[in-house]
Amino acid sequence: MSPCERIPWALGRGGTLTTLVEFDSVGLRYGTGGEVLRDLDFRLAKGGFYFLTGPSGAGKTSLLKLLYLAQRPTRGRLRVFGEELSEADRDVLPSFRRRIGVVFQDFRLVRHLSAFDNVALPLRIAGHSDAEVEGPVREMLAWVGLADRASARPATLSGGEQQRVAIARAVIGRPELLVADEPTGNVDAAMATRLMSLFEGLNQLGTTVVVATHDLSLIAGVPGSQLLRLEGGRLVDPTGALRHPPRPIEARA
Amino acid sequence: MIAWLFPAESARRLLPDGRGRATPWIIAIMTFVTIVIAAAGLALANAASLVGSAAERQISVQLTEARGGDPAGLGALRRIPGVAEARVVPEAEVRSTLERWLGPDSEGLGLPLPVLVEVKVAPGADTERVAEALRSAVPGARVSTYAQELAPLARSLAALQWLALGLIVLMATATSAAVVLAARGALDTHRGTIEVMHGIGATDRQVVLLFQRRIALDALLGGATGAAAAALALLMVLGPAAGLIGGLAGGAALSLSDLLLLAAIPLLLTVLATVVARVAVQRALRATL
Repeated sequence: MSPCERIPWALGRGGTLTTLVEFDSVGLRYGTGGEVLRDLDFRLAKGGFYFLTGPSGAGKTSLLKLLYLAQRPTRGRLRVFGEELSEADRDVLPSFRRRIGVVFQDFRLVRHLSAFDNVALPLRIAGHSDAEVEGPVREMLAWVGLADRASARPATLSGGEQQRVAIARAVIGRPELLVADEPTGNVDAAMATRLMSLFEGLNQLGTTVVVATHDLSLIAGVPGSQLLRLEGGRLVDPTGALRHPPRPIEARA
Repeated sequence: MIAWLFPAESARRLLPDGRGRATPWIIAIMTFVTIVIAAAGLALANAASLVGSAAERQISVQLTEARGGDPAGLGALRRIPGVAEARVVPEAEVRSTLERWLGPDSEGLGLPLPVLVEVKVAPGADTERVAEALRSAVPGARVSTYAQELAPLARSLAALQWLALGLIVLMATATSAAVVLAARGALDTHRGTIEVMHGIGATDRQVVLLFQRRIALDALLGGATGAAAAALALLMVLGPAAGLIGGLAGGAALSLSDLLLLAAIPLLLTVLATVVARVAVQRALRATL
């Protein structure tokens, strides 16, 4: 059985990629300040692998916040998973957020919970019992090299270890959309490669991945990935990623 | 219905039970004061009720002229419809009462003593009508109902009961305010956890239940402590005086139903605190995305 047969939402019918996220003239401002994001018009295809780059202050984190539904656009339309969410009732947002995995730049681990409990959090929030959570979480911790640190609190973990816990937490629920803000910023090159291969593996299984990074070497390491570049709150398209959708998963596999 | 009070161990770890929090102590103090005030209010209500029922059917008649052993009009008084009993208060008893006001030398003053008749109204008869009939039957007699005599005392007791009720309402309001502050403090302390939970798909309900449980447990602990302290204080204060109070008022200071009502106060405060905490957290979460 191919990954795509196991994950029915990975591709549209006949291998055609369908739209997962759609920005339509989106702008974002905080309070009464100027717009930090302007006139964003683009689509992210289901199953795509995207790198988001740009200088500091270009609006990368703000764009990611829109993607993981921590912010609403102040103008324009944002559709995620086919639903218009720009003005959706906040009560409907949790069900969409459960389909999104997020790696925060500052990790945002719950400081009084162990590494195990932090990784288990998305599954528990989704209603899984402790017995159901045990196996997958142990497996995921082993995958990111933290099997022996399961009971450690974040304060006792190094920056790199915290980042791996954050990544494990983001991917444990096999999200449809994975949003990562500088996910390899605190790990060595070997671990960065390992984590990117984890992201690629998830992508192979149908997860759409968006990684914000300054590290252009990562981009070269993921064949078929697309580059989105933000400058001054506007999206520029140096590689034509927005004009040409990413290749279907079969073509990359 | 109260399953949220007993979540899985993993859910309990999300909002750890911090030590040294002030909320249980604040609620303990509120509970203690509320129970003591309520006990005082209930005792006053019981005393007022006993005094009122005792005075309800009694009339005092002062006859200024006495003729022989049978005061003028006494026979007439006994024949008035509604009069169950008419008793002449012995002179010694009257003098004794007078002594309390005028001192031991009052007898030497040569004051004219009225003949005092205590009239008991028959059950079902209207005390005011009987008093009116007494006035008509014995012209010149000074007729007054006990209810009239005790009206200022009854008004004072009623005012004290309202004061106690007002204080209880104030205590409940202060408890609510303290809970709101405690809930906001807990929200601030755990803002990071809440943001993470929301970010990965937790609903408001899931977050609210965590805080609701925390406040409910604090209120239960504080309520039990305050109730125990109040029970001890009431035993120490009312215990030695119970016989006296019972003797004066003709009954117990607090009935069994009163004690049950007092025992319900910590539970009522816990429910109040839980509801207030729930609303406060819900409102705070509504202000976020």
